[in-house]
Amino acid sequence: MDSNKAKIEVPVMADLFKQGKKPEYLFWVGSAGAFDDRYKQVTRAFIKILTYLKVDYAVLGTEESSSGDVVRRAGNEMLFQMQALMNIELMKGYEVKKILTCDPHAFNTFKNEYPALEGGFDVVHHTQFLQDQLDKGNLKLSKEHFKDKKLVYHDPCYLGRANGEFIAPRKVLDRMITNRVEMPRNKSFALCCGGGGGQMFKEAEKGDKEIFIERTEEALATGADIIATACPYCMVMLTDGIKYKDQGENVKNYDIAELVTLSLRL
Amino acid sequence: MVSQIIFVLVLFGAGIIFYRKVSTITRNIKLGKDISIKDNRLLRWKRMLFIAIGQQKMLQRPVAALMHIFVYVGFILVNIEMLEILTDGIVGSHRKFSFIGWPYNYLISFFELVAFIVMAGCAVFLIRRNVIRVKRFWSKEMTLWPRSDANTILITELLLMSALFIMNATDSILQTRPDNHYVQVGSFMISGIIQPMFSGLSDGTLIFIERFCWWFHIVGVLAFLNYIPYSKHFHVFLAFPNVYYLKLRPKGEMQNMPSVTREVKLMLNENYSDQEDESEEMTFGANRVKCLTWKNLMDAYTCTECGRCTSSCPANITGKRLSPRKIMMDTRDRLEEIGRKLDKLPAGERVSYDDGKTLFDYISTEELWACTTCNACTQECPVNIDPLVIILEMRRYLVMEESKAPASLNSVFSNVENNGAPWQFSQEDRMLWAEELYYG
Repeated sequence: MDSNKAKIEVPVMADLFKQGKKPEYLFWVGSAGAFDDRYKQVTRAFIKILTYLKVDYAVLGTEESSSGDVVRRAGNEMLFQMQALMNIELMKGYEVKKILTCDPHAFNTFKNEYPALEGGFDVVHHTQFLQDQLDKGNLKLSKEHFKDKKLVYHDPCYLGRANGEFIAPRKVLDRMITNRVEMPRNKSFALCCGGGGGQMFKEAEKGDKEIFIERTEEALATGADIIATACPYCMVMLTDGIKYKDQGENVKNYDIAELVTLSLRL
Repeated sequence: MVSQIIFVLVLFGAGIIFYRKVSTITRNIKLGKDISIKDNRLLRWKRMLFIAIGQQKMLQRPVAALMHIFVYVGFILVNIEMLEILTDGIVGSHRKFSFIGWPYNYLISFFELVAFIVMAGCAVFLIRRNVIRVKRFWSKEMTLWPRSDANTILITELLLMSALFIMNATDSILQTRPDNHYVQVGSFMISGIIQPMFSGLSDGTLIFIERFCWWFHIVGVLAFLNYIPYSKHFHVFLAFPNVYYLKLRPKGEMQNMPSVTREVKLMLNENYSDQEDESEEMTFGANRVKCLTWKNLMDAYTCTECGRCTSSCPANITGKRLSPRKIMMDTRDRLEEIGRKLDKLPAGERVSYDDGKTLFDYISTEELWACTTCNACTQECPVNIDPLVIILEMRRYLVMEESKAPASLNSVFSNVENNGAPWQFSQEDRMLWAEELYYG
């Protein structure tokens, strides 16, 4: 390891709270962010950005548990509410006001569904956070790193259609890359990656095709070198799709946070 | 005089039959759970103005949108002419509104133009459905009845408009015949073109054709009116209230279940006191139409089976059995079925009636589990129907009432319960990603 490189100690809420500190943000890692090998890279990338920007944050660490999004959409309301009420109690205990997350599903459930269970927090998706940092001038990105690349952005359903956030991810991308293209089905009419509503965790029902292949084909047809996403499910599904289409050599898929770290060489 | 009496009787009869069917539909919709939608009135009116009246969401598919605007606006405008027809029928007059003088010819010519545009729209729609065979009109759930329903509507509209043209053409010829008593209003824009087809006919034949078309048109309109509540065409009425009562919250939000909150709080906290009445019969999720809200049921009656939802559904596109349109059609079919059974019962027995059938007799679990909850269907629907909420309510029923989730989802449930993640990883390992993280 390069001796110039500083080791990042990720601040944990319980430790800070013991010292009487209340960080500005809780960074919600999410189960995929903590356990999925591919998405762990995104978590690490975003932590680097938070460190670079000297953001006052902490994670729940081993106290974090599932947000309950999946089980709710799979019909298990009882388990969802148990998870939600436990999470709300935990976060309220730490006097959390703002939640930052890379997962649009957690974002959606915190922002729209926890309030009905007396859990009102200010919830920010990492793409919105990055856009805000760019707008404020705290974050500066150049188009140097991706100057020869062509990129296409896949809208995660739970960020886009479900919550109307189509602009922030595109604005961040447009600061890093000139050649950004759209798929025919984009924004409100984007095609799902096939991972939501519990599908990630089960075999698909009988059909002619897997949804993630349909979407990957659409993305590949744009001729982009990079498929950008902003959701753990989309990441997993599209990674599988690229592998299935045997395009791993030519096309990479990255989360927007990873593209920022690449661009900044963090 | 006799014809006036017949006219008024036909008019009243049609009105009463229509009123009774609409009352039955209203009763059926009210079988759903009572929820209150009284918030944000101004915003709701605005949405109705843009989405229902202004056809905002249709624009996504421009060809269909343009044709639909033709038929929709034309239909409304042509109905203004109905005022004269009704007046003539009741009073026994002929072209009562011709008293306005020279503008009358222009007015009727304008209506003819509009009627012609309606016909053009209907013709294009028929071609799209039957010749080009646009895919969404030929999906599996588009069986004989939904397909013929659509064609019946379009052909009826073509026939009604044709009757107007033939009536006007023959009337214009009769005005030129010697010793006639017809109001001299001249030839009109479109019927003037087909006038030569009838010019060789005798006065008697012309009078017969003119009267036949007049009666065919008005009786046809009244018959069509009474067909609408049985048809997908009912959207011409329900689109407006249905859009008014749309979901204003973000699409991603699932409605909370307070009944579950009480149970969970009881489980988590022994001191939590339950103030709710426990005797109330309660089902988690939905297996019957009565477990859905009246808005969900109004959605079902509003659906005109255009299939935009299905054609954008990722599961359907990739060949799965799920079709959001079918969810709506099934809900309506089941609601109509239970409604018909209720109609045959004395009022007292209706509340507790149960025919033993459920929504699951129409909608299979295979369809329900294929949904990715992506909201493409709710986004597409031009009148803001929400098939997703029905899918999710039925999933809730399957899981919470019957414990019938696919095995892999049951593992997700037990993992979340035991270790707080959908996968079988220990909660203690939640920080492993943070090890050896360097920066700079």
